[in-house]
Amino acid sequence: MLRILNLEAGYGPLRVLKGISLHVSPGEIVALIGANGAGKTTLLKTISGILKCRSGAVEFDKRPIHAMSPERVVALGCSLVPEGRHVFSTLTVRENLILGAFSRRRRENGASVAAAMEEVHSLFPILKERQAQLAGTLSGGQQQMLAIGRALMSKPRLLMMDEPSLGVAPLIARDIFQTVVRLKKSGLTVLLVEQNARAALAVADRGYVIETGQIVLEGTARELCDNPDVQRAYLGKEYKTIDEDG
Amino acid sequence: MMDRTSLYNPKCETMPRDELEQLQIERLQSTLNRVYRNVAFYRTAFDAHHVNLERLKRIDALRELPFTTRDDLRESYPYDMFAVPLHDIARIHSTSGTTGVPIVVGYTRNDLRNWTECTARLLVAAGITERDVVQIALNYSLFAGGFGFHQGAEQIGACVIPASLTTSPEKQAIIMRDFKVTALISTPSHGVNLIAALEQLQIHPERLHLRTGLFGGERLSDPLRRLLEERLHITSVDTYGLTEIMGSGVAGECSQRNGFHINEDHFIVEVVNPQTLEPVEAGEEGELVLTTIQKEGFPLIRYRTGDITSLNREPCPCGRTFVRMAWITGRTDDLILFQGVGFFPSQIEEILSGVKGASPHYQIILDKQGDVDTLEIRVEILDTIPFLDEVKALEALRVQMAGRIKTALDIDAKVTFVEPKSLSRLAGAGRRVMDRRSR
Repeated sequence: MLRILNLEAGYGPLRVLKGISLHVSPGEIVALIGANGAGKTTLLKTISGILKCRSGAVEFDKRPIHAMSPERVVALGCSLVPEGRHVFSTLTVRENLILGAFSRRRRENGASVAAAMEEVHSLFPILKERQAQLAGTLSGGQQQMLAIGRALMSKPRLLMMDEPSLGVAPLIARDIFQTVVRLKKSGLTVLLVEQNARAALAVADRGYVIETGQIVLEGTARELCDNPDVQRAYLGKEYKTIDEDG
Repeated sequence: MMDRTSLYNPKCETMPRDELEQLQIERLQSTLNRVYRNVAFYRTAFDAHHVNLERLKRIDALRELPFTTRDDLRESYPYDMFAVPLHDIARIHSTSGTTGVPIVVGYTRNDLRNWTECTARLLVAAGITERDVVQIALNYSLFAGGFGFHQGAEQIGACVIPASLTTSPEKQAIIMRDFKVTALISTPSHGVNLIAALEQLQIHPERLHLRTGLFGGERLSDPLRRLLEERLHITSVDTYGLTEIMGSGVAGECSQRNGFHINEDHFIVEVVNPQTLEPVEAGEEGELVLTTIQKEGFPLIRYRTGDITSLNREPCPCGRTFVRMAWITGRTDDLILFQGVGFFPSQIEEILSGVKGASPHYQIILDKQGDVDTLEIRVEILDTIPFLDEVKALEALRVQMAGRIKTALDIDAKVTFVEPKSLSRLAGAGRRVMDRRSR
C-alpha cells in the first residue's frame, strides 16, 4: 500500500532522513520506533507532503505521491494524526471533525460526512457527548481521540499516527492502542510512530527501528521484541510485561 | 497449477518480485547500517573502498561493496565478525578445522527462529508434513548439520527422531523399520550406507514405511539419486546450505526438482566470475556469492561461497517466486566434500605434521567402493626413524593418524604408508588430491 524507497529529507542544511526504505502492506499495523530526533516525525511529514523530499520515492497504491500537496495526499486516502494533536482549540469538537472531512466536501454530499461522523462517534462516544464543547477544553486524552477522529473523517485507507500516547494518561493510552487494533480489524492500515515501543510493538504486525535517519532493523513485532538491542534501547528492563499488555 | 500445500509460508515464498525486491532493499540497507556500526571488519572494509552506504539505493549496487572471503572469517576467529555482544548469542556452531582455524558462527534467538523457518520451508517443499516420522541421520555437533533440519521438522509438527550419526548404519536401519520412519534426512553417502545395512539385515524396502528422502551436505548426482530412490523406494529432494551462511536452510528443491529455490527474503544472491569477480551474464556459471539480510548475530556481506553454479530466473511452475540455482558443479578452491563434511587438503597436512614419524608428503585419494565413497590418505614415512620397520609400531602410527583425522574432521579415512620419497616432491595441490569418484 505504502512503499518508500531511499527517501532523503531534512530542514535547510540539516539532513534528517538518509535513505529510508520501508513499506506498509494493506491491513498491517507497522510500528516505527526510534529515539527522539531519529527522524520519525520527519518521515511522517515527508510522506504526508508537508515536507518536500530531497530524493527518493514515496508511492501510495503504486502512485508516486512525494511531489504532491498535503491535501492531495489526504484526498488519496492517506491521513496523518500529528504529534501533539494540534486540534483547533477555539472550535467545537463537532467543527473539528467536520474540518477533517474538508477533502471530501466537494465530491460527496453531507450524508456521507454525517455517516463518517457517526462512525467516529461510535469509536469515541465521548466525542459525541462533548460535540458542542470547545476542543481546547478537552483533556489530553480526549484531544488525542479528537485528532484521530478528525483524521478518520477523511475516510483514509492508511492512517499515520505520530506519538498518539505522548502526554496522555496511561489508561487513556491503552484505550488509544486498543482503538488502533479495532481500526485495523475494520480494514484500516496503520503506520504508527511511537516512543513507547512496548505498547506499539504489542499491537503492531511489523516494525522498523530508525536511528539517526537510517533504518537499522526491520522485522515482525515479535522479532523486534526479542532483539536484545531493541530490548536495551527501547523496551527497558521489564520488557517481559509486554505479554500482559498484549 | 500452484499447490499451496507444498508451501510452508506462501506469503513469503510466492511474493511478487517487485514486493520481494522492496523487502530485499529494506533489509539490505538495515543490515549494512548495522554491520557498519557493529562490525569493525566491515567498517574498515567499507571505508577502505570508499563505500557510502547512503548512496546504496538498488540491489545491484551491492557490487560496489567488497567481498567477504573464507580467509576473512578465519582471521576474525573467534568472535570478531559477530554483530552483537556475545551474551546476545544463543547458539554457536563452527566449521571443521579443529586443527586449523575454524569459522565460528553465532546465532541470536531471532536467527535460530529464522533458521527454523528456512529449513521448515525446505521440508514442506520436499513433501514432508506433520504426519511424517522423520529420521535425522546427520551429525548433531558443532557442525550445524542436524540441528537446522531438526528444528524445522519440529516446527512443521512432524515426529522427529534425532538418530544422528553416532549409531551404526545397522541400528539406523532397524530404527527405520521399527519406528515406521516415513522420511529420512541424511547425506547421500549415508543413504548408501543404509542401503547396505538394510541388505545385510535382509530388510526389504517393502517392509519400510519410507517415502521421502531429503539430502544435503554433498553432491547428489543423478546416478546416486536413482540408486537411492530405487533401493529405498523414496522420492528424493536435494538441499543446499553452508555453515557460514546458515547451516542447512539456504536453498532447496521443490517438487519440480529442477534447481534449488534460494530463500531470497533471507539472502541476496549473486553469481560472479571467480577470476574477474564481475557479475556473469544471466544463466552463466560462476561463483555463488551470498549476502545475509536477516541475520543479527553473524551477518555476511557478499560472502564468496566457493561453489560454482548458475541462476535460473524463469518462473517455476511450483509458484515460488524465489530464483533457482543449479546443482553445484564445482569449487573455486580445493575444498573436498566427503561424507557430508567439507575439508581442505591443508587440514590433512596440518594433522599429519603433528604426528611424529610422518613426513609432510601425502596424497589424498577419493574413490568409490561399490556405491560408497572412500577416502585414502597415503603418507610417506620418514626414513630417519629407525624402528619404523616394525609392523607393530607402524600400525600404532597408522591408528594414531586415522584417529586424529576422525577427531578433527569427523571423517573415516584409511591411512596407508608408502616408501620414503616415493610421492613426487614436485606434486602441486592438484596432484596431491586424486578424486576418482566418477560423476
